[in-house]
Amino acid sequence: MKIYLSQDAVARALGADAVAAELARHDVELIRVGSRGMTWLEPLAEVEIDGVRHAFGPVTVSDVPALLAGTLDGHGPTEEIPFFANQTRLTFQRCGVIDPLDLDAYRAHGGLKGLERALDMDGLGVVEEAKASGLRGRGGAGFPTGIKWETVAKAEADQKYIVCNADEGDSGTFADRMIMEGDPFSLIEGMAIAGVGVGATKGYVYLRSEYPDAIRVMKAAVEVARANGLLGASLLGKGPAFDMEIRVGAGAYVCGEETSLLNSLEGKRGVVRAKPPLPALEGFLGKPTVVNNVISLATIPVIFEKGAAHYANFGLGRSKGTIPLQIAGNVKYGGLYEIAFGLPLGEIVNDIAGGTRSGRPVKAVQVGGPLGAYFAPHQFDTPFGYEEFDGAGGLIGHAGLTVFDDTADMLGMARFAMEFCAVESCGKCTPCRIGAVRGVETIDRIAAGDMAAKELLTDLCETMTDGSLCALGGFTPYPVMSAMTLFPEDFAGAREAAE
Amino acid sequence: MQANSPASAPDLGAIQEVIEAYSHLEGPLLPILHAMMEAFDHVPEDAVQPIADALNIGRAEVHGVISFYHDFRTLPAGRHIVKICRAEACQALGANGLADAVLTKLGISWHGTTPNGAVTIEPVYCLGLCANGPAAMIGDKVVGALDEAKLERVISEAGA
Repeated sequence: MKIYLSQDAVARALGADAVAAELARHDVELIRVGSRGMTWLEPLAEVEIDGVRHAFGPVTVSDVPALLAGTLDGHGPTEEIPFFANQTRLTFQRCGVIDPLDLDAYRAHGGLKGLERALDMDGLGVVEEAKASGLRGRGGAGFPTGIKWETVAKAEADQKYIVCNADEGDSGTFADRMIMEGDPFSLIEGMAIAGVGVGATKGYVYLRSEYPDAIRVMKAAVEVARANGLLGASLLGKGPAFDMEIRVGAGAYVCGEETSLLNSLEGKRGVVRAKPPLPALEGFLGKPTVVNNVISLATIPVIFEKGAAHYANFGLGRSKGTIPLQIAGNVKYGGLYEIAFGLPLGEIVNDIAGGTRSGRPVKAVQVGGPLGAYFAPHQFDTPFGYEEFDGAGGLIGHAGLTVFDDTADMLGMARFAMEFCAVESCGKCTPCRIGAVRGVETIDRIAAGDMAAKELLTDLCETMTDGSLCALGGFTPYPVMSAMTLFPEDFAGAREAAE
Repeated sequence: MQANSPASAPDLGAIQEVIEAYSHLEGPLLPILHAMMEAFDHVPEDAVQPIADALNIGRAEVHGVISFYHDFRTLPAGRHIVKICRAEACQALGANGLADAVLTKLGISWHGTTPNGAVTIEPVYCLGLCANGPAAMIGDKVVGALDEAKLERVISEAGA
């Protein structure tokens, strides 16, 4: 009997290891895999029946006898569950399917075809292919990946670097974590292709310390890749040299900003750098450096495997390809949902996520992490795309959606956004360092009934937007102002003092 | 073992060993500090000068880096660190009330340590379990779908 059991952090957080230990006491072939992304079913066990994987979950230790006897109620074939069946899985094609550290399985499921193809091209050809795919930075800024690569490729230097930004600190996002835990070789392959494209021989993954499982899997995957000649003196034994290291962050949210990340990687305080110079020209240790998000890099292999045109075929307008939506917060069916750009927000929240877990009406959805705007139900026709969300006064960021029911206190959420900015500010620029502190105070004045403070808050937010050096101070006004504009009733003052 | 016992102060030889294991890296300071945390549960004051010497930077620079990052502490914490997520997605599932209740019951505030030295409670901003909150982390083990009873059980298992 062949059983696949998720070892993603979500599954482990919900007791998967105890289930695995119980299964190990029986005569079964147990394969630990990443997550299929349907996190309300975790720990998810899949039993192969006539060659088709059937889903059972959430599975507990006491379910094991029934699971083995075939009497446990399940959800049928995993890939026929509507949440899964309706997706377009490109970046996440192998996540949850294979043992994350099994390089042969990776290869059997299309892995390394992209790198093989890239190795038959010259650097310029690789960069052109990335450009043609239309892939834009999935970390949130949405800058075209291929153009960033082109800048680094054209720079003259004795050493260039590929740095992967795996400092996924935004609440409501977990795509980076999930792919690193479920299909780490896709990130390694993507970084290797980037190295071929721009002429870099060394890569770093800057991975946040809050992800112990991802750190463990990534470190092990790099070892496997090295031992099998994927990485090292010659990529796959026929390409240029490329090797990489996993570096662990130290709990500073601002290090997800690329210049702050580079300072941190160099062993400095994670203080933001002024641009220019661009990291593409003067990045890690002053050398030309590609800084890309995990999902951007992990999407590169499938682009090279299937061709740029295939990838660019999906999407909406200038938002090409697929986006792994992360559906989080108070939702019935949460998890990772990879789909072409263009789905209306309301369809994601109401149809895919099934509304709130609490069963109460949806009040607000924060899109794009702690620096993303809140959206109210009357904006639910906004299609999911970079320009479309910008036009609606928000941003898609790293594509995390955090759903709140009608018990949410939006003044409290606005205050939290300012408080978070104050805690995490690197301190370099005044609008962020001081503005966030004044922001908390001003929101407290509104809460106490001082309506004149609303204008002050608006003014403060404008200063932070225009005057901050990076997105932390510059985007904190998104959640603050959207909360105040969309939910004026929560800012009407005369509230009871917070306990 | 008493976490705050002065007897646990590491000797300079052990500190030097940690530094030497990582000083060949490009950008070695964070790996060195993480290794100090791993070895001694804090970055000892006695390590600052040797690190500065090894990396050819000032003491102030080393101190600045240690104090910038939430992960590095200069004094030992409780034997177990429990990090409770305070970020938005967990808040949407009641994390605020949960944390308040647990802190009140333990009689400590954020960053505080229980009187028996067993558990230090820290805030954390996102563990990436955002569809399965509220979430927390004990050492490097994550737990999700918490309610008050479950979180209290986790904390009491840690010895609080």
